[in-house]
Amino acid sequence: MSDTLLKVRNLKIGATVYPPGEKPHDIDIVHGVSFDLERGKVLGLIGESGAGKSTIGLASMAYGRGGVELTGGEVWVNGRDILKTSHSDIRNLRGGEVAYVSQSAAASFNPAKKIMDQVVEAAVEHKKFSRKEAEGRARELFAKLGLPDPDNIGERYPHQVSGGQLQRCMTALALCPEPDLVVFDEPTTALDVTTQIDVLMAIKEAIRDTGVAALYITHDLAVVAQVSDDIMVLRMGNTVEYGNTDQIINNPQEEYTKALVSVRSIEHEEKKPTPDAVLSVEGITARYKGLNFDVLHNVNVDLHPGQTLAVVGESGSGKSTLARVITGLLPPRDGEITFAGRKLSGDLKGRSREDLRELQMIYQMADVAMNPRQTVGTIIGRPLEFYFNMRGAEKRKRIIELLDEIELGEKYMDRYPAELSGGQKQRVCIARSLAAKPKMIICDEVTSALDPLVADGILKLLLDLQKIEDVAYLFITHDLATVRAISDSIAVMYQGRVVRYGSKSEVLSPPFDDYTDLLLSSVPEMHLGWLEEVVAHRKMESAGN
Amino acid sequence: MHPIIKLVSQRLALGLLLLFGASALIFGLTEALPGDAAQAVLGQSATPEALANLREEMGLNRPALTRYFEWLGGILQGDLGQSLTNKLDIAESIGKRLGNTLFLACAAAVVSVPLAIFLGLLAVRYRNRWPDKLISAITLTTVSIPEFLIGYVVIYFVSVKLGWFSSLAMINDTMSFGQKLNAIALPAFVLTLVVLAQMMRMTRAAILNLMQSAYIETAELKGLSNFQVIARHAFPNAISPIVNVVMLNLAYLVVGVVVVEVVFVYPGMGQYLVDSVTKRDVPVVLACGVVFAAVYIGLNMFADIVSILANPRLRHPK
Repeated sequence: MSDTLLKVRNLKIGATVYPPGEKPHDIDIVHGVSFDLERGKVLGLIGESGAGKSTIGLASMAYGRGGVELTGGEVWVNGRDILKTSHSDIRNLRGGEVAYVSQSAAASFNPAKKIMDQVVEAAVEHKKFSRKEAEGRARELFAKLGLPDPDNIGERYPHQVSGGQLQRCMTALALCPEPDLVVFDEPTTALDVTTQIDVLMAIKEAIRDTGVAALYITHDLAVVAQVSDDIMVLRMGNTVEYGNTDQIINNPQEEYTKALVSVRSIEHEEKKPTPDAVLSVEGITARYKGLNFDVLHNVNVDLHPGQTLAVVGESGSGKSTLARVITGLLPPRDGEITFAGRKLSGDLKGRSREDLRELQMIYQMADVAMNPRQTVGTIIGRPLEFYFNMRGAEKRKRIIELLDEIELGEKYMDRYPAELSGGQKQRVCIARSLAAKPKMIICDEVTSALDPLVADGILKLLLDLQKIEDVAYLFITHDLATVRAISDSIAVMYQGRVVRYGSKSEVLSPPFDDYTDLLLSSVPEMHLGWLEEVVAHRKMESAGN
Repeated sequence: MHPIIKLVSQRLALGLLLLFGASALIFGLTEALPGDAAQAVLGQSATPEALANLREEMGLNRPALTRYFEWLGGILQGDLGQSLTNKLDIAESIGKRLGNTLFLACAAAVVSVPLAIFLGLLAVRYRNRWPDKLISAITLTTVSIPEFLIGYVVIYFVSVKLGWFSSLAMINDTMSFGQKLNAIALPAFVLTLVVLAQMMRMTRAAILNLMQSAYIETAELKGLSNFQVIARHAFPNAISPIVNVVMLNLAYLVVGVVVVEVVFVYPGMGQYLVDSVTKRDVPVVLACGVVFAAVYIGLNMFADIVSILANPRLRHPK
């Protein structure tokens, strides 16, 4: 018997699109991809959004999401072509032979059913185990995946456990029926870095212990380098490069792979703090209405003119709340904010138009931050009218200048947001905030929704614009690579407090406090064996204590 | 306190407040109607003196507010007053007729609710294929035709041509349960046709909306059959909108049966109300109004509470 579990030959996948105002037409998403996966091996599928990696993963279950259709080629699982097999055989395949772990376990668990019911369902349905056996196996898996209270966690509902725990429950769900292959679709992307490392290790050990084969789909090359035997780099539905992990990471052949490996290579010379500050946050304590505890405790930070302060922390650390307080959306309970030498009113209503103009904001989701019915020219022109009363030719000239600054140019003036890519949309948002000639811009996770190469372009642009416009950035992010690339000073936040604050070189050099150490050591690094090193290092430390 | 108990007691308190408001509104509106019971009893040719005497006797001359609170106090003690026209105790007359109406409504509900939900699930299972289109076409047709027309058409074919059921749905205490069911078969059938479409369409829409969820994809990728996916994974999350539309239709079955009761000469609340309005028998109209309001508010409150209980986040807080 051959050891090949999954054999994909010249797989073609298409979809029918219905663009507004045009005739529906067919497009190709994947143009003939081939690969083999042996039993017990892990193949990483890597690429940016639109590369077709999830689509290929789901094709191994003969599933097309939305209107996606498998239009050609062969997909052999356990010795038969599943694109030609019967409907009932496909049902046996799904959940029985091939299981799926999605990016968002929070959305993929049914909110109305207990975790245990959902974890054992496929195993019982496919008659692999009796209900009782399946529950026993689920509890074993819960324990193996490092979930707390493995005997009883199954009795909870999905909303009663944390995001990282739910992601592990999803892995248990996939492994429970003893499948031959698991498709992991970005299983750690939605998690904080410190949580990601635990889940990643749990998944890796579960793969090793159960001997299951896996397709590991991600956009993060550093992550896939830790878990896979082989890697396939995909771009726009084509194979760019396919080889073993060592070769792809250490000796990439194609330009595109080299760009992915060397991503985040931006170097930025740290600027020394000036004596005056454009923004001074002193003793800010804040809570949301209806809550009986503070979400920010005595926060003190300074931002100097023309410089970047990165506020870094995981979800729930209070970094976005800090932005809301500075913008006046959430009046603080205590403390004060000094901006450009004047005290800012805590409440938005008490701020002058000049305050509003000089303090701009850019958001994570560029597409919802713009009116979809307005053209790029209207969007950028609005602050010019509102703050500077510009009209006609003068306004048009300034819009074109701004479009040139964000490297898009005049031809984008009459386009609508829907006609732009994610990176282009974020550029328009940057131009809109610059149009107000601000002293300071709050950037709230502005690159987290973008692919790495596109995000790099945005960071470069922001740094260039800082030189030209002399604008200060308050840069909120959870991504330490971004922090290294762009900041002059850094504030690390944890549970509503600033736990570490200073210039970039101070904050990023030892000795570290415990939390910063944990945070820094959790960022995946692009070399083989990193995951094991970190975990071994942590075990030694905890043994030493 | 458990958040569920808090939310449910809030709903109950709100329901009572609403009922109080409805009683005031009903009283105010009947006050505003032209003519009164004295006029109705004595007819158009009555002399002003006779009218004044009768009003004095009936207590109609006292201020409206006084009469409202007397009336409200009576209701709270279970006393709905006496009919002006035949001096019978209203509570007793309503009791019997409300029982009849509820019997008819229940019979229609027992058939229509499960049928509507099942058809809704079936329509989702075969969405945009012929079973879905057929179900939608039939239910939308029956809901679009006025119920009296359906009533007469049914009478013409089923009782006159085929002779299967009587066209009169008279029931009384001497009949057995089976005889009663036989008597109300036709009106119950017509009511079912009237309420089926909305419940079925809502079930279909609520579940289709959920079919886009990621957890439905998870269920599909477990290799479950389409119907298992819909019934096990989509339906439990669709309970809240479905219960709301079901209750709205049950309320309609009780409150809106007037036309059907008249067509089939059924001795229920609807006929009683229509008769009393024509006789200007204000206390009876008021009493019927309050009973209808109580049924309506009660059923909707029940739907709210079921929605709260169906939410696992509220049932099992962190």
